[in-house]
Amino acid sequence: MLNFTIRQLGAELAAKRVSSDEVARYFLQRAGALGKVLNVFISFDEEKTLTQARAADALIAAGKATPLTGVPIAHKDIFCAKGWRTTCGSKMLSNFTAPYDAHVIERCNAAGAVMLGKTNMDEFAMGSSNETSFYGPVRNPWNMETVSGGSSGGSAAAIAARIAPAATGTDTGGSIRQPAALSGVCGLKPTYGVCSRYGMIAFASSLDQAGPFAKTAEDIALLLNAMAGFDARDSTSLERASEDYTRDLAQSIKGLRIGLPKEFFADGIAPDVARAIEQAIAEFKKLGAVVIEVSLPNMKLSVPVYYVLAPAEASSNLARYDGVRYGYRAPAYGDLIDMYKKTRAQGFGAEVKRRILIGTYVLSHGYYDAYYLKAQKLRRLIADDFVNVFKQCDVILGPTSPTTAFKIGEKTADPVQMYLSDIYTIAVNLAGLPGMSIPCGFDGNDLPVGLQIIGNYFAEARMLNIAHQYQQATDWHMRMPPETAA
Amino acid sequence: MKWETVIGLETHVQLSTASKIFSGAPTAFGAAPNTQASGVDIALPGVLPVLNKGAVERAIRFGLAVNATINRRSVFARKNYFYPDLPKGYQISQYELPIISGGTLDIVIGGQQKTVRLTRAHLEEDAGKSLHEDFRGMSGVDLNRAGTPLLEVVSEPDMRSAAEAVAYAKMLHSLVRWIGICDGNMQEGSFRCDANVSIRPMESKTLGTRCEIKNLNSFHFLEQAIAFEVRRQIEVLEDGGIVVQETRLYDPDKNETRTMRSKEDAMDYRYFPDPDLPPLEVSEQWISEIGKTLTELPGKYRKRFVEEYEFTNEMAYVLTQDKIRADHFDAFWRRLLELTSNVDRLERVQAANWAMVKIGAAINRSGLKIETLPPVSLATLVARILDGTISHKIAEEVFGIICAGEYNVDAIIDERELRQISDAGIIEKIVAQVIAANHKSVEEFKAGKEKAFNALVGHVMKATQGKANPAQVNELLRKKLSG
Repeated sequence: MLNFTIRQLGAELAAKRVSSDEVARYFLQRAGALGKVLNVFISFDEEKTLTQARAADALIAAGKATPLTGVPIAHKDIFCAKGWRTTCGSKMLSNFTAPYDAHVIERCNAAGAVMLGKTNMDEFAMGSSNETSFYGPVRNPWNMETVSGGSSGGSAAAIAARIAPAATGTDTGGSIRQPAALSGVCGLKPTYGVCSRYGMIAFASSLDQAGPFAKTAEDIALLLNAMAGFDARDSTSLERASEDYTRDLAQSIKGLRIGLPKEFFADGIAPDVARAIEQAIAEFKKLGAVVIEVSLPNMKLSVPVYYVLAPAEASSNLARYDGVRYGYRAPAYGDLIDMYKKTRAQGFGAEVKRRILIGTYVLSHGYYDAYYLKAQKLRRLIADDFVNVFKQCDVILGPTSPTTAFKIGEKTADPVQMYLSDIYTIAVNLAGLPGMSIPCGFDGNDLPVGLQIIGNYFAEARMLNIAHQYQQATDWHMRMPPETAA
Repeated sequence: MKWETVIGLETHVQLSTASKIFSGAPTAFGAAPNTQASGVDIALPGVLPVLNKGAVERAIRFGLAVNATINRRSVFARKNYFYPDLPKGYQISQYELPIISGGTLDIVIGGQQKTVRLTRAHLEEDAGKSLHEDFRGMSGVDLNRAGTPLLEVVSEPDMRSAAEAVAYAKMLHSLVRWIGICDGNMQEGSFRCDANVSIRPMESKTLGTRCEIKNLNSFHFLEQAIAFEVRRQIEVLEDGGIVVQETRLYDPDKNETRTMRSKEDAMDYRYFPDPDLPPLEVSEQWISEIGKTLTELPGKYRKRFVEEYEFTNEMAYVLTQDKIRADHFDAFWRRLLELTSNVDRLERVQAANWAMVKIGAAINRSGLKIETLPPVSLATLVARILDGTISHKIAEEVFGIICAGEYNVDAIIDERELRQISDAGIIEKIVAQVIAANHKSVEEFKAGKEKAFNALVGHVMKATQGKANPAQVNELLRKKLSG
């Protein structure tokens, strides 16, 4: 059961060779043991999990199973789930129990998936290493001394360590793809608007998007089938006909035009990462793909643009955590202003405060035009680069992250170094495009390397096809961290 | 020095939607605190706003009614500030691109019509309420009102006196009720004004420094506050001081305005487009559909009342305060014109005025609804006064019968034998009887006491149950007494 894919697990459950209850207990046991060591979860609720598992068994018995029925799923603690503590990785919400389900949670529940727990994450999704979590960093299953990536570090590590066969995450600037790469698993950020943001705690509203983590492209497709869909409660949710993301998996990729942006292979990329990506590209050529060099000239602006826009939105989105209605409130204070100051000073961590300050600054009178408005214009240029590139190729390939997993504590003193670990992922969010990361090899220290696949708007099925075909020819995605199997 | 007052108003018009502007929670007034606040209204983590189409529809109605530009594309922005009754830490409003631009509103002042230009009208959400009493050193927050849809209507600084500002506010108030976008209930805060007031030397073309006065929730307070503020600013300037740009709060108990916050303390709201709400696009087709549902506007009634019926601007304004009343009067007057085509206009107007006064009194006294009185009955009643069938006094009695639910005026007069006695012979006989029976009054009258004459008239009227023609009674009595 350890290394079963969702597809395999579903087959076992359907054939009643194993019950959902047994599966849930198996993974709960792993979550409580290895999961604790890796600090994967912020919250468990065994009773709720087992109740859902029993319900799943009833669905299976009644012949009403979907591919996810009875499959344990770990949800990032950014999603509100009714009756579950929902902290968003922050002290600010350490006492907050969500009174409602996020749309993504509703959809997974409706599909019969069994919620295993709420996974660790960078505080309010602000981070690239899971080190800003109030609940401590997540350890990378491939090397306990290194980070799992972030912000969805807990979900990525849960898949890598075979603690959960399925997980959800969110990606604002790379928060699904980068931890997927660093932890050696698959993760996909859909086109902006494909998954509803309702009930997903906002970091930067115009960039945030939910997506799945799993071991294989096929599993990602199955999960995305459940997660995606229009939701009238999110005005940015796209009203489109529902699609089956598994539909193109088996298609040949002969003649596929792969664009390689020269900017992805310039300075800053670790040699081991570059080598793994080159090998992956060679594999794609073997599968019949054609490689074209393309250029994203404005991509270099994406990190500064992102660090204006995302903090600007965050500074406003996080204003609601004021100690008045729910969440943390400072135990002692004078007047109202003092209550606000102490509550927010004590309730937020350093990185969140840094971004609130940046965001407040760039929106301030006299600075708005120079920063926010300018960044919005550049965002448009960055998106236009992709539009042009997709006239020449079907898909863009490149590294997900310039390096493999770095040591815990290595970059915490230097925020800019940390921000640069998302240099290949951020532009995709700014453009609203879909992007995914799949394992494509290891560096000299046996740490996984992630290959990033960027598609045109709504090209998720095509991207999954490409990833699936690669995974039919390689086995990087089925490799397990040594200690996991023990 | 002579000073000119310059006033612009910002009016918050609460839109009459059943649910809030960005959530499905009800907007009904007066519920127990925090019982009408949904997750969106209390700003739970993860919730998102969804725009209420009804609020947009009402904004468009307003724009059409004031001949404004309906912007096909408008943008919601976040106005960021911290306050306990602002749950998200920002108010969703429209900033750079409002839904409505321009437009005009005609007011009547000193019998003259004046056009006030509108700058814009934008959609926004209301905040909740902070309650500072009854909590023993703590404050309470009621979020029932949070998220209530508002249309903020901003005028140009076109008003030149407190009276003009009040006339504008009243006109706007009657218009928003007329077009059915606001219940106009000022006690419940459905219609609230802020006034921007400045003064300048009479001939000056440049605007003086303005102060914004908040908390004006009645027309009376609006007038008082502006009057106070103008006096204050004149005093400051005439004492050689300068007016400081600031926000001032009106205190109705002390009838004064005082500093709330100065420009230096003005908050930086860090407006930016709300990423949770795509730009609001309205189609030409939708605008024209809404236009079709707009009933005749008060301006059109006023034009008819002035041009066809020859009323003054002021009278026309009074008669068009609300649609029911305007329609009622229109029907009444048309019928009256038919019934009294041979009557002198002035006489008709006087008789109609009499009826208006009576109706007004009845409405005030018993909460009677004007629409329950058929215009035809009232027109017939006035016509019967004008053709001498009944006296004003008897007409009052008939009016009471109409109010009680009998509407056929001629039948009422006939069945109750209320026809006026205009037969000189009969009246002469009664006059003689009254003179014979009231020696004392007769003596007093002859001694020069005019009051005594009135008493004698009263006796005659009483003897005829009020039916004697009063003019004839007067004439005959005076003749007899002096004879």
